[in-house]
Amino acid sequence: MTTSIFLQYCLAGISIGSIYALIAIGYTMVYGILRLINFAHGDIFMMAAYFMIFAMVDHMIPWQISMVLMILATIALGVVIEKVAYKPLRTAPRMSIMISAIGVSYLLQNLATYLFSALPKQYPSIPVLNQTIWLGDVSTSIATFITPIITIAFVILLMLLIRYTKVGMAMRAVSKDFETARLMGIKINTVISVTFAIGCFLAAVGSMLYFTPRPSVFPLAGSLPGLKCFVAAVFGGIGSIPGAVLGGFVIGLSETFIKAAGYSEFSDVFTFILLIAVLMVKPTGLFGEKLMEKV
Amino acid sequence: MSAKKKNICTIIALIALGVFLVIVEQTTTESSMMRSVLQLSAIYALAAVSMNLLNGFTGLFSLGHAGFMAIGAYVFAIITIPVSKKGNVYYLYGVNDILANVELQPVLALIIAGVVAAALAALIGAPVLRLKSDYFAIATLGFAEIVRIVVASSPLNTITNGSLGLKSIPGFGSFYFPFIVVVVCIAIIILLINSTYGRAFKAIREDEIAAEAMGINLASHKQMSFITSSFFAGISGALMAMYLGAITSTTFPITLTYNILLIVVIGGMGSVTGSIVAAFLVTFAKEWWLRFLDQEMIIGTFQVPFLRTGFRMVVFSIILMLVVLFWRKGLMGQKEFSWDGLVRTLKKIGGIFTGKNRKPSASEGGGASE
Amino acid sequence: MSKENILKVCDVTMQFGGVVAVNNLNMEINKGEIVGLIGPNGAGKTTAFNTITGVYAPTNGAIYLEGKVIAENHPSGKMKSAYKGQNMGKYHKAVLLTPDKITKLGIARTFQNIRLFKDLTVFENVLIAKHMNYRANPFSATFRLNHKEEKAMREESLRLLTLLDLEKNKDDIATSLPYGKQRHLEIARALATNPKLLLLDEPAAGMNPQESDELMEFIHRIRDDFHLTILVIEHHMQLVMGVCERIYVLDYGSLIAEGTPEEIQNNPKVIEAYLGVDE
Repeated sequence: MTTSIFLQYCLAGISIGSIYALIAIGYTMVYGILRLINFAHGDIFMMAAYFMIFAMVDHMIPWQISMVLMILATIALGVVIEKVAYKPLRTAPRMSIMISAIGVSYLLQNLATYLFSALPKQYPSIPVLNQTIWLGDVSTSIATFITPIITIAFVILLMLLIRYTKVGMAMRAVSKDFETARLMGIKINTVISVTFAIGCFLAAVGSMLYFTPRPSVFPLAGSLPGLKCFVAAVFGGIGSIPGAVLGGFVIGLSETFIKAAGYSEFSDVFTFILLIAVLMVKPTGLFGEKLMEKV
Repeated sequence: MSAKKKNICTIIALIALGVFLVIVEQTTTESSMMRSVLQLSAIYALAAVSMNLLNGFTGLFSLGHAGFMAIGAYVFAIITIPVSKKGNVYYLYGVNDILANVELQPVLALIIAGVVAAALAALIGAPVLRLKSDYFAIATLGFAEIVRIVVASSPLNTITNGSLGLKSIPGFGSFYFPFIVVVVCIAIIILLINSTYGRAFKAIREDEIAAEAMGINLASHKQMSFITSSFFAGISGALMAMYLGAITSTTFPITLTYNILLIVVIGGMGSVTGSIVAAFLVTFAKEWWLRFLDQEMIIGTFQVPFLRTGFRMVVFSIILMLVVLFWRKGLMGQKEFSWDGLVRTLKKIGGIFTGKNRKPSASEGGGASE
Repeated sequence: MSKENILKVCDVTMQFGGVVAVNNLNMEINKGEIVGLIGPNGAGKTTAFNTITGVYAPTNGAIYLEGKVIAENHPSGKMKSAYKGQNMGKYHKAVLLTPDKITKLGIARTFQNIRLFKDLTVFENVLIAKHMNYRANPFSATFRLNHKEEKAMREESLRLLTLLDLEKNKDDIATSLPYGKQRHLEIARALATNPKLLLLDEPAAGMNPQESDELMEFIHRIRDDFHLTILVIEHHMQLVMGVCERIYVLDYGSLIAEGTPEEIQNNPKVIEAYLGVDE
C-alpha cells in the first residue's frame, strides 16, 4: 500500500466516521436524557434523504433552499415523533418505550416504502459537493473532504451550547436526574424537544453528506447505518458526546480498512463484534458513567 | 364454572379446532389461501410464543429472534435437501464433501435445527446475558445481524450456498405436520412456564434484585430461558424453511424480529394464549384480509384514495403504534385464556348492550388462571 | 444461654468511589438474638445489609456465617490508592458470593422499599422462595416427573401462609394487599427460604402505631416459631427498644455504640448523634 493510497483510505475512513459521529450524537443525547435507544433515529436519517429527493428532484427547488427545507422537515419529524410516540410513555416501563421506538422505526420504513416505493431512488447531485479536488497526490470529492470539518465544527458548537447556554445547562441537569430537574422548575418537555431537534438536525446534515457520494436511497437505507452509529455511541459511552464522536471515527476507519483489505463482506460483522466486545469489557463504554441501582 | 365443566369445554374446543382443520384439509386444494395462511400462522405462533418466553415471561428484551430462526432454517435445509437435488442447488460452488450424502428425516432434522440454535444461544448467552435491558436488546440485535452476514458469506459457500441461498427444501408432506409440531412445542413451553422454573423466570421479570435475594441464580435461569427460547425459535425457523421451500439470508431480516414482536405485543407480553391468538389474527389480516389495501380500487369512476402497494404495511405499523400507546397490555395482558374469563368478558360485552353493566370487571380479555 | 455467634462482621468497610459508606464495622450476632441496627438517615445501615447479603462486595473486611466465610475482600486495583479505611492488608482473599448463594446458606432479607413480585399472587410469591431448594432439573419439572416435590412445596407454602394469617389472601395479586400486609408477605417470603438469620430493613416504615405494635409481637413470634436470629434496621425507637435485646448504633458509617436498649438510651454519644437530632 503506497502512502497516497493509505492517505486516501484514511480520508475516506475519517469522512464516513464523521458522518457516523453526527448520527451517533443523536443517539447519545436522547439516551442521556430519556434512557431510550431511539431505534427510529436511523430511519429519520433515511427520511431526511427522501425529503431532499422530494424537494430537489420532484419539485426542482434549488439545493440551497432544499437543504434548509429538508433540515426543517427532519427536525419537525423528530420532534413530532417524540411528542406522539415517546411522551405518552414517559412513566411506562422501559420496555414499552423501547417497543414504541421500534414501532416508529417500522412505521417510517413502511411509510417510506408506501410514499416513495421500495425501488432505490437516486440521490440528487449537489454540484458543490461533488467536485473533485486534489490534496497533494490524493484526489477526493469536496463532500469527503469537508465532512470532517463540518462535523468538528458542529461538535464544538454543540459542546459550547451544552456548557454555556441555559438550555444546555437544563439538558445536563435533566440527564443527571430527571425528577429533580423537573422539581427545580426545568421545563422537561422543552428540553427533550430541543434534544430531539438537535439530534435530527445533525442526522439531516449527516444524511446529505452520506448519500451525496452514494448511488441511491431506499426505505431500509437508514437501518444499518443507524445500527452502526448506535454501536459508535455505545463504544464511546452512551450519554457522552466526545465518546460518540470517537466511536464514529473508530468504526468509520476500521470499516474502511477492513474493506480495503478485501474483507468487505465482514466489515459489518466487525462492527457488531466490536459492540459485543465493548459491552463485555466495559459495559458503559469508554467515557460512560457508571449507573448503580439502589437496593 | 366447575373444574370438570371447564375441562369438558376445553376438550370440546380442541376437538372443534381439530375438526376445523380436517374440514379445511378436505374441502380446499393444495394451493388454497386458507391452507397456506393457517400454516404460516401456526409457525408465527410458535415463533411468538418462544419470543414471549424470553421477553414476556423472563423480562429479557431480546431482538435476536430472527437470527436464531435463520440458524434453525439453514441447519434444517442443509441436512434435509435431497441428495439427488444437491448438485442442482449447489450448482455454482459445489457441495461440501461432508454434506454430499446427508439427507435426514424431517422430524430428526427439526430437532437438530433446534439444538444447534440452542447451542449457539448457550455460547453467546453467558457474556450477553450479563448486560442490562437495552444493552442486551442491542447485543442480540447485533448477533442476529452477524448470523445473517455470516451465513451469506463466501467462506461458507459450499455449506450455505452463500448469497444464493438454499432451495429444494422438503415441504411439510402432510397438511397437518406444522400444526402437530407447533402444538407439541407450545405445550412444552406452557408446561415449562407453569413449572417451578417458570415461576422463577417470572420472579426475574418482576424484580431481579428480589429474585436473587430469594436464592434464584440469575445467570443460570436467564441462560435457561434464553436457550429454551432459542431452541424453539430454531424449530420455528426450520418450519419456515419447510413452508417456503427456499431461503436466503434476506428471508430473516431484523423486520422479521419486529413482526414477531408485534404479534407478542398485540397478544400481550406474558400471555401464551395471547401470542397464539395474535399470531393467527395478525397473519390472517396481513396475508389475506387486508391484501385489498395494496390494490388500487375503483368504484364506478371514484378511485378510493390511499390504496396502493405498501399501504397495508403502513396500516399495520399504525395498528402496532396504537396498541403500544393506548393498549399497552395487548389482547390478554399477562393473563391466560380461561373459560371463567371468557364468560366474564361475554357478560361485560352483553352488559354494554343491555346497559346492565353495573360493576365493570377489572380484568381485560380473559380472566386469570393457574 | 450459650453465646454461639451466627454472624460475625469483621472490619467491614464499604467505599463507593471516594465516599466511605460503612467504616470498619464490627458486629457479632448470637444465635436466637434479636439485634437492632439503628442510626440517623444515611448512616450506612442499608449498605451494611447489602454487604452482608452479597448485593455489594465489601471494599475491605470479612463476614462469617456460622464460622464460614461468606464475604472477604481487600482493596485492589484503583481502590488501593483511593482507600480511606482502616485495616488495609489484614485481609488477602477475595471471597464474593452472589446474593442467591448467600440466601442458600441461610440469610434471608426484606427490603426497605418493599420489593414483592408485584404482578404475581401472594401464593406465587411464597412458592418462588421455595424454588431454590428444588431438586428436580428443568426437564423433569417441565414434564411433571417430580409431582411429589411440587406438591410438598405447595403444601409447605400454604402452611406458611396459614401461620402468618395470609391464607385468605392466597390468590390476591401481591400489590393489591394493604400496605401492612405487603410487609408481612415480604417477611413470609423471606421465611419461605428457611433462613437461620433474617434481616429486616425498616419493617415498620409507613406503619401506624397500632400496626407497629402488632409487628413487634409478630417479630417475637416468628423468632420463636422458626428458631431464628433477627437483625433489624428500624427508625421507630419504640419498636427497636421494645423488640431488640441488643442494639448497634451507626453514625456516618462508623459504629458509635453497642449495648442493651437501656445502655443505648443513656449513651451520651448516641443522644448527641441520633436522639438529640429530631428523628
